[in-house]
Amino acid sequence: MASEQIISNEARKEIEALFHHLPHKQAACIDALKVVQKHNRWVSDAALKELAPILEMSVHEIDSVATFYNIIFRKPVGRHVIFVCNSVSCWIMGYENILSALQEKLGIKFSQTTPDQRFTLLPIPCLGTCDHAPALLIDEDLYRDLKPDQLDEILSKYE
Amino acid sequence: MSKMERPLTEHIKADGTALSLKEYESVGGYAGLKKALGMSPAEVMQAVKDSKLRGRGGAGFPTGTKWSFVPMGDNVPQPKYIVANGDEMEPGTFKDRLLIECNPHQLIEGMVISGYAIGASIGYIFLRWAYHEAATRVLKALAEAYAAGYLGKNILGTSFSLEMDLHTSVGRYICGEETALLNALEGKRANPRNKPPFPQVSGLFGKPTIVNNIETLSNIPHIIAKGAQWYIELSNSPGGGGTKLYGASGKVKKPGLWELPLGVSLRELIEVHAGGMMDGYEFRGVLPGGASTDFLTKEHLDVKMDFEEVAKAGSRMGTGLVIVMDDKTCPIGMCLNLEQFFAQESCGWCTPCREGLPWTAKILLALEEGRGKPEDIDHLTFQTHYNAPGNTFCALAPGAIEPLQSALKYFREDFEEHIHTHHCKYKH
Repeated sequence: MASEQIISNEARKEIEALFHHLPHKQAACIDALKVVQKHNRWVSDAALKELAPILEMSVHEIDSVATFYNIIFRKPVGRHVIFVCNSVSCWIMGYENILSALQEKLGIKFSQTTPDQRFTLLPIPCLGTCDHAPALLIDEDLYRDLKPDQLDEILSKYE
Repeated sequence: MSKMERPLTEHIKADGTALSLKEYESVGGYAGLKKALGMSPAEVMQAVKDSKLRGRGGAGFPTGTKWSFVPMGDNVPQPKYIVANGDEMEPGTFKDRLLIECNPHQLIEGMVISGYAIGASIGYIFLRWAYHEAATRVLKALAEAYAAGYLGKNILGTSFSLEMDLHTSVGRYICGEETALLNALEGKRANPRNKPPFPQVSGLFGKPTIVNNIETLSNIPHIIAKGAQWYIELSNSPGGGGTKLYGASGKVKKPGLWELPLGVSLRELIEVHAGGMMDGYEFRGVLPGGASTDFLTKEHLDVKMDFEEVAKAGSRMGTGLVIVMDDKTCPIGMCLNLEQFFAQESCGWCTPCREGLPWTAKILLALEEGRGKPEDIDHLTFQTHYNAPGNTFCALAPGAIEPLQSALKYFREDFEEHIHTHHCKYKH
């Protein structure tokens, strides 16, 4: 059975463009994983297999890098990822109220995805906006000074 | 100090947008670089040494001394690298974000001058993934700097050339450790490297490399433009020059970030700049410089926030951004939050850190859930020794146990009460 190509030709070109600044191809490993994730939203086992000859690395070597970094997703995620800061300043300022409200609204816990694939909920260390705690990030949008009653309006922006 | 100068932040715009190249030049931007290129690299390095600038990433190492270990001359390994550490992930810390987002050219100018001083030909800005807006603004500023001849080949018509690129990370606190950061830049797992060799001799791809914090590098243009003596006079601290970005979070009236003379008192920081405690809350303690620093308490409020005085009081100035603990926040709950963070962010290389920190978090969770046992205090104390400096490659584990060891000292009655009553009284 012919297998489907996971890493598109466009993504391959982007990965190959990373090489010319670097002393060896392996040095592009993290950036290559970012390229794959940008195109596919996550990095599957099949994607790692296709990446291995491109980077001249073994699948396991690449996986050891991919699984080290929490922002490389080795499982599928929803259309939007909500990162809730659970570090110390947000903890003092009551992030747990935000989290429990979110969990109730979405019906999921940390590391789960809603059945309609709309949201994945993840914890994240300090977002560097502690003077406006509690804070969360949805995809690339930062929300600060959060109160539970603002969540409906915020979530409604994401289809 | 006679006048309140704020070289790092005075030109930052009220609307929070970045200074464009034109705006930066109109307030004296790149004058430091022009002056530096008329000096020898050794003279630039000497000026930074004379300024008593100390690293703003947390360790406080003298910047000029750090640079002086880079091999100089014609027959040394090439290329040399200058790397800006913008992996700001120390919980409670939000200072570098402001400098990158609002004045990216100040950082770039600092990196070009620093690169000139050490003979670097390639620069990287290492930025944490979560700072999306900062990444957009850095890329725009880099393009402007290239177009104006501040970057690239033969900078401003001299023989000095420097290429510069942005690297955005994919997470993990450990990337802020400079040798782990270099491994991440090489596309590898961010495990810290054993030292020696130090990065100044064998850093990125085995070549001489300087890694400096964003705030440290942002100081360099001002030191060169206005001189070491001017810089020293900005400070209220005999041990270091300049201003410092200080901040506060927690239950204070006005949490925020302020550029103040190095050596402001903890009391002034909390009571004046942060507006004191919120109504209904009392001050109980503070982590003076991020999550990995020892607690200080009421008796320490008159301590000057500089490297020596905070160390004398038994803690570290760290990043200079204080996390305030109030009387309604549980010290054990706070330690639990911190140790869960450090356990999660351990890279797993060294045994005390990989095994000890999850064990520590597990005991603290038991205390919070009313399952604590009398011997738990001894177990926690053991962990503070097991993870002490010297047992691990890097400073993650020693930093991780700083808040715990001081909590055991200052808030011991809370630990004992949790164990004896099988209950956390702070939970409602």
